[in-house]
Amino acid sequence: MYIDPHVHMVSRTTDDYQRMALAGCVAITEPAFWAGYDRSSPAGFFDYFRQLTDFEPKRAAQFGIRHHTWLCINPKEAEDPVFAKEVIALIPQFLKCETVLGIGEIGLNKNSRNELEILDAHLALAAEHDLLVLVHTPHLEDKLKGTRLIMDAIRNHSKLDPGRVLIDHVEEHTVRPVLERGFWAGMTLYPDTKCTPQRAVDIFEMHGTERLWINSAGDWGNSDPLAVPKAQIEMKARGHTLDSVRKVSFDNPLKFLSQSGRFRIA
Amino acid sequence: MLSSPPPLSKRAVVDRYFLEHRAKVLDIAAFLDRFDRAQGEGADDFRVAALRDCCAVLLDGKPDRARRVLELLSDHSTEPIAKAPMKGATGAIDIKTKGGN
Repeated sequence: MYIDPHVHMVSRTTDDYQRMALAGCVAITEPAFWAGYDRSSPAGFFDYFRQLTDFEPKRAAQFGIRHHTWLCINPKEAEDPVFAKEVIALIPQFLKCETVLGIGEIGLNKNSRNELEILDAHLALAAEHDLLVLVHTPHLEDKLKGTRLIMDAIRNHSKLDPGRVLIDHVEEHTVRPVLERGFWAGMTLYPDTKCTPQRAVDIFEMHGTERLWINSAGDWGNSDPLAVPKAQIEMKARGHTLDSVRKVSFDNPLKFLSQSGRFRIA
Repeated sequence: MLSSPPPLSKRAVVDRYFLEHRAKVLDIAAFLDRFDRAQGEGADDFRVAALRDCCAVLLDGKPDRARRVLELLSDHSTEPIAKAPMKGATGAIDIKTKGGN
């Protein structure tokens, strides 16, 4: 049994839902993200938010999987602050949906000033509505700097409890500072550009399992919606206990997400 | 906390992962050979230079190689940039243009 707390099912087939269910997935959370192209209007985001809050929960339910979501405009589309703020203004009307857990995945992409401005606007919205926050950290060479800028930006919002913020896509060079500052941390299991299941288990062995989870971030690129059960297999093959496997792939996401008051596994 | 050191013995680590990483070393070797055989521009590509620097980290005998390789490939500047020049990432830092480590 497992929870995939970060997967972009709008980009995946119904067959993937079936395979995930067969592998033991009982619940997922889907952050809003970049579609691979820039939307031409805020209305495009309105429709996307409807897909996340209405259509996907029904599609997941066919396989006994509980679907939840996070809303935002992602940092890849944050370079136009006027446009981005029009999208952010759409979010409050969706917050009444029972499957919306919070704001995400917000963060930075290229660590620009405009991205920081929109990150700050999202953080203010989360603070105003007392919402959980799911943070995307930049890719590759931009991750270290971006993670530091993001943590500083969150610190400027005194109403945001680090224990209600998960900073995702950590790797060996960012996991420790994230945990040391009281945040939760997520490891994304990607074939090429983030953690492999093997490296994720290495990180558990080196940094422990407190406030740390794994996810597939399956999307339209090179990714694997079965990455979490593959990491479970890796842990078991190394001799880790079933309790440890369950902690990182079920108990930890359940603990963090339950702070929303809306997360359900049945 | 999980156990530390990991449950596998050194021998078991080698037995389980050697062939996988033998193949990865060969991939790097073949990539560098392919790069050397190729013609035209790009001989001074910063990404290949960064990869060679990463290979040196692997052999320096010090711990935390994965963290140090990632740091070697990271932008260490501290101020936000004025405007995002693109959406993607290159995977390494061009020290001629961004400063690097």
